[in-house]
Amino acid sequence: MSSKGEILKRIKANQPQLVSELPDLNLLGSEQFDVLETYKTVLKGIGGDPVEVADYNEIINYIKSNYNLEKRLITTLPELSEIASLDWKTVDPHSLQDVELTVVKAHFGVAENSGLWVTDDILGQRVAPFIAQYLAIIVHKKDLVPTMQQAYDRIGKMEYGFGTFIAGPSKTADIEQSLVLGAHGARGLIVFLLD
Amino acid sequence: MSSEKIIQHSEAAAKFNKDVERVNWHDETLWFVRAKRDKSAHQIADWELLRETASQIKFNVLSNIHDYLVEFEANAQRNGIIVHWAADAKEHNEIVHSIMAKHDVKQMVKSKSMLTEECHLNDYLAEKGIEVIDSDLGEYIVQLRKEPPSHIVLPAIHLKKEDVSETFHEHLGTEKGNFNPQYLTESARQSLRNTFLTRKVALTGVNFAVAETGEFVVCTNEGNADMGAHLADVHIACMGFEKLIPKREHLGVFLRLLARSATGQPITTFSSHFKKPRDGKEMHILIVDNGRSTQLGREDFRNSLKCIRCGACMNTCPVYRRSGGHSYHNAVAGPIGSILAPNLDMSKNADLPFASTLCGSCTNVCPVKIDIHDQLYKWRQVLVKEGHTPKAKTVAMKTMATVLANPTVFNIAGKSGRFVMKNIPGMVNNKMNKWYDQREMPDVPEESFREWYKKNSRESKEKGNE
Ligand code: SF4
Repeated sequence: MSSKGEILKRIKANQPQLVSELPDLNLLGSEQFDVLETYKTVLKGIGGDPVEVADYNEIINYIKSNYNLEKRLITTLPELSEIASLDWKTVDPHSLQDVELTVVKAHFGVAENSGLWVTDDILGQRVAPFIAQYLAIIVHKKDLVPTMQQAYDRIGKMEYGFGTFIAGPSKTADIEQSLVLGAHGARGLIVFLLD
Repeated sequence: MSSEKIIQHSEAAAKFNKDVERVNWHDETLWFVRAKRDKSAHQIADWELLRETASQIKFNVLSNIHDYLVEFEANAQRNGIIVHWAADAKEHNEIVHSIMAKHDVKQMVKSKSMLTEECHLNDYLAEKGIEVIDSDLGEYIVQLRKEPPSHIVLPAIHLKKEDVSETFHEHLGTEKGNFNPQYLTESARQSLRNTFLTRKVALTGVNFAVAETGEFVVCTNEGNADMGAHLADVHIACMGFEKLIPKREHLGVFLRLLARSATGQPITTFSSHFKKPRDGKEMHILIVDNGRSTQLGREDFRNSLKCIRCGACMNTCPVYRRSGGHSYHNAVAGPIGSILAPNLDMSKNADLPFASTLCGSCTNVCPVKIDIHDQLYKWRQVLVKEGHTPKAKTVAMKTMATVLANPTVFNIAGKSGRFVMKNIPGMVNNKMNKWYDQREMPDVPEESFREWYKKNSRESKEKGNE
């Protein structure tokens, strides 16, 4: 099968003669708003829970009192080894199917849509934030940017095999537009906003 | 012209229109989504600038697409992705099947991809004995019902929870008469989780592919694309070549526009960037033409290739809302589907550009500023000229053109029209006049606008001279 040449030839013959210039992206992303407040409001609006914390101890206490520690909790953060296991990064990803809570840390968050940028190096396994029943993501307050414009400035030429913005818990509205949380992925998302 | 009998949009819509309550409900549901889009758009100060920027990026893509594709392929290959090219639907399906065959796998889990709908991949694979399960909840529902999706973003928007409940009762054994969306979603979650855990091949669509980096982005709310792709050994991603954008930074523009235009959300829950396969696993990307290069060459219609498939034009379209997605007999329904479909097959889809009021609402909401209603109007002219429209419509359009082009004829036609409507109403208010089908004809004015204007402009002139 060698359709490549044919397709490219047709495209070349049919594309507009005059090349349109790329627009200036620097004109975008100048909106002014309170980044932390916006982040929290937007996150709540899409079904996530923002929790402000001073340090990892507060995170541990929060998890202890809100999740069943007898179930399988996993994390990539050594700071949380007291409550969650760290030795799952090389196991068969299918074996993560009984995970109750995954806790990871995001590179940064985006206020305008509450998205959190994570990549495979900090996820441990790509499927980890999707397969768990619940998901918690930690982000430093200083690592919140206003809009997607700043987000991609920050990503820049970053290397990764896989990266994703996570905004809220998995959800669907496919049945008569009624919003249901927990379609296939996490049923709930806690975002720990760290000082 | 093909001889097979094709159900026209108007016939299919007439069927849909029989259930008045359901039509009203469909109309309102989509308007609700459209209203969410407005609210979301108004919250962004830069909204119009964003649309303009997105539009300009897409113009740049269209004029450079050859080079961007070459660049994308090289970078994707460097990332370890296997790249395939498919000239048409048939080749697309064959390539997907060959990958399945190579791995000797008979089951696939699929996340939403309108391109595979366009290529009728499911039917093709079924014939080859391969079981495909659609994992997007809406698609899963319509798949169980053996129906195509009726909307590109909301595949089961035409169904009520009672319908879903019935379907799930039959196929998943859920409680009869339990209509609770939470309960129904949970049942699907359990069933599909088992699917994700057992499939070796996962197929996804592509929302954006980046030439500069050789990565591609898949957006979902459910996380189904990710569940499939991260658990399978082989990930196949299928894209129309127009999905390409030049640089990674341009994703910022499109991700800000896509979900807001689609459902009013600030962004989809997951915007996943796939750049390299997992260690020891395979990632394939299929770059598909299937008529797109032809559309690129049609100057009047090439802008339709800017489409990012947000569905906003459908949600706002008064005809779509009241006729239902299935009446468009094409994978992509609504205003944009009606532009794309005649490119694929003019005779089969000649009715679609007429399924519009040309009110321009679609053009106003389109996040990449496609001149949708102008293109629909242009298609009508092309289709009439090429003889693809039904006789009655062709004659009416041609007569109209003559009348409008000639002031004397227009004058006489108007006069005789008014005479007929007033004195022999039966000649107009009958089944032959399609316009009368759903409407009361208006009372006939005593004089035409032209006559009124002549008189009044004279009067005002005289007044002005006083
Ligand atoms: S034509 Fe515009 S509004 Fe319609 S689906 Fe495509 S991008 Fe969205």
